[in-house]
Amino acid sequence: MNETGKMLVSARDLSKSYDKGRITVLNGVSLQVYSGEIVALWGASGSGKSTLLHLLGGLDLPDRGDLSVCGLDPRLERDRLQLRRRHLGFVFQLHNLIPDLTVAENLSVPALAVGTTASDTSARARLLADQVGIIHRLGHRIQDLSGGERQRVAICRALMNSPRLLLADEPTGSLDEANGDLIFSLLKELAEHSGIAVVLATHEFRFADACHRRLHMRNGKVSEP
Amino acid sequence: MRFLSLILINLRRHRWRALIGVAGIGFGVAAMLTILGIVNGAIVMFERILSSDSHYLVLEKNVSDLFFSAVPDEYSAAIGKMPGVASAHRLLFGIVSSPGYPVITCFGLESDDPRLKRAEWQSGQRVDFGRLPNEIFLGSRASEFLHVRLGDMLPIGATQLRVAGILKTENGFEDGGVFLPLSDAQQFFHRPNVCSVLAVQLQDKATGEEFKRLIEVAYPKLIALENREFNQSYHSFRILKTMAWAVGLCAFLLGGLGVANTMLLSVFSRIREIAVLRVCGFSERQVAGLILGEAVMVAAAGSLVGFGLGGLVLLGLPHVPQFQGYVQADVGPLVLASIVATTFATAVVGAIYPAWFASRIQPAEALRYE
Repeated sequence: MNETGKMLVSARDLSKSYDKGRITVLNGVSLQVYSGEIVALWGASGSGKSTLLHLLGGLDLPDRGDLSVCGLDPRLERDRLQLRRRHLGFVFQLHNLIPDLTVAENLSVPALAVGTTASDTSARARLLADQVGIIHRLGHRIQDLSGGERQRVAICRALMNSPRLLLADEPTGSLDEANGDLIFSLLKELAEHSGIAVVLATHEFRFADACHRRLHMRNGKVSEP
Repeated sequence: MRFLSLILINLRRHRWRALIGVAGIGFGVAAMLTILGIVNGAIVMFERILSSDSHYLVLEKNVSDLFFSAVPDEYSAAIGKMPGVASAHRLLFGIVSSPGYPVITCFGLESDDPRLKRAEWQSGQRVDFGRLPNEIFLGSRASEFLHVRLGDMLPIGATQLRVAGILKTENGFEDGGVFLPLSDAQQFFHRPNVCSVLAVQLQDKATGEEFKRLIEVAYPKLIALENREFNQSYHSFRILKTMAWAVGLCAFLLGGLGVANTMLLSVFSRIREIAVLRVCGFSERQVAGLILGEAVMVAAAGSLVGFGLGGLVLLGLPHVPQFQGYVQADVGPLVLASIVATTFATAVVGAIYPAWFASRIQPAEALRYE
């Protein structure tokens, strides 16, 4: 735990079930996340990693429990929108970029949501693309990019509105080893050098082990070794 | 990238789907433009026939159509002598037929009727009008489609009439019709001593209300209407206009369903993408705006296509021989504005459900199940 960092996530006793309560995915999960740290949610498929990330990001609502993210309550629609626009960035296993758009156009989507000017959007996109080594790809369409490049674009998109917390759901899951390592390094660098908190859901131990903290998810519960 | 750019990009990405929507709206606009143009044109032509150099029309009260109106000649003569009346011209409408052409409008006119004076006489002379029996005069379009020239014998009904003159008028109805001296027309149509309508010109138009009142008192079976009043109250015009709008709106309804279908398909195929937009910070309103914006763009493109297509049809129709010159489109700014307003309203209404559906997409579910 980064004791000097500011607490960005405070979750207590979160529970979530589906199918009218027949399938319990999270059962009393509590955790805190601080700025500048990268925290791994490590566990097998179906252990509830994605569901927990969705709750933290306000993409889904908990059945029970208290939750505060960046000082906002993701259970409220107004706060959820603020969170997604200003405080959170998402990276998914499947990059979820918009096909047929260029890299630059994909990067401008979050900026469009908050009404950033075209010139500021362009400057921010170039800066981020340069940092992850895809500046030469800005004018290319998504389908012309490799898997690793697409994931780097997805990370840039998540960072467009300068979020404080990055939620990454198996971002290396569909990549080969070399590209997986590259993406993980980028995420870790982000946490260490720009003070962003990263919550990384992964089933790969080598990545989980390399994080600042590793939370083991099993049977809807979280444990910290 | 701006919001509008994203809308245009989305349409470009799904170009075939968008084009189908554009075609649906375009055909709706073209149909409405064509129908309204033709009907308005017909009404305007008919109005001009009636209002030629007159302030008031005197006709039989409560008749379903002017063809059934009967104004006795003795009344016409008396009205013509009323104080303040500058002139009163009798006009008898009828339908005649000639081999291959079962419906030709026939105008029974007095020889000093203003429309005969205004016409360009291509052959024959105005002074010959009504001079000899068994003669007929043709509009220039009628002479073309009937393939007759001055001096030819033209079979009309069971009789043969000699073509004694061909005149060109600016009015499609008149130009595609035939003219008989009033007395001949009364005899031909078995309507002795009556006319359909009396076109009255007053010495001072300001005395119109008094003229109307006098007609009402002296001739309870007749009614005097100002041209504007006649246009508004004439049943046939109202039926025509209502029918035109009804048919046009049906065309639009189909166009609107097309847009709804297109936008709904578009939303269904982009559920994951819309979820990503929500994840990236798009509000429900922004997502709905995106879909409605796409529909408005489809409507705008459809309008352009429709106006182009409808305009071409309206330009071409007067040259179709089968229409006998009766088609003379008239499309005013009000009609154009109404079509544009209807187009956008249809597109927006058609996109409301898809937009609502898109705005309600829950990102977690969409990302989980797709």
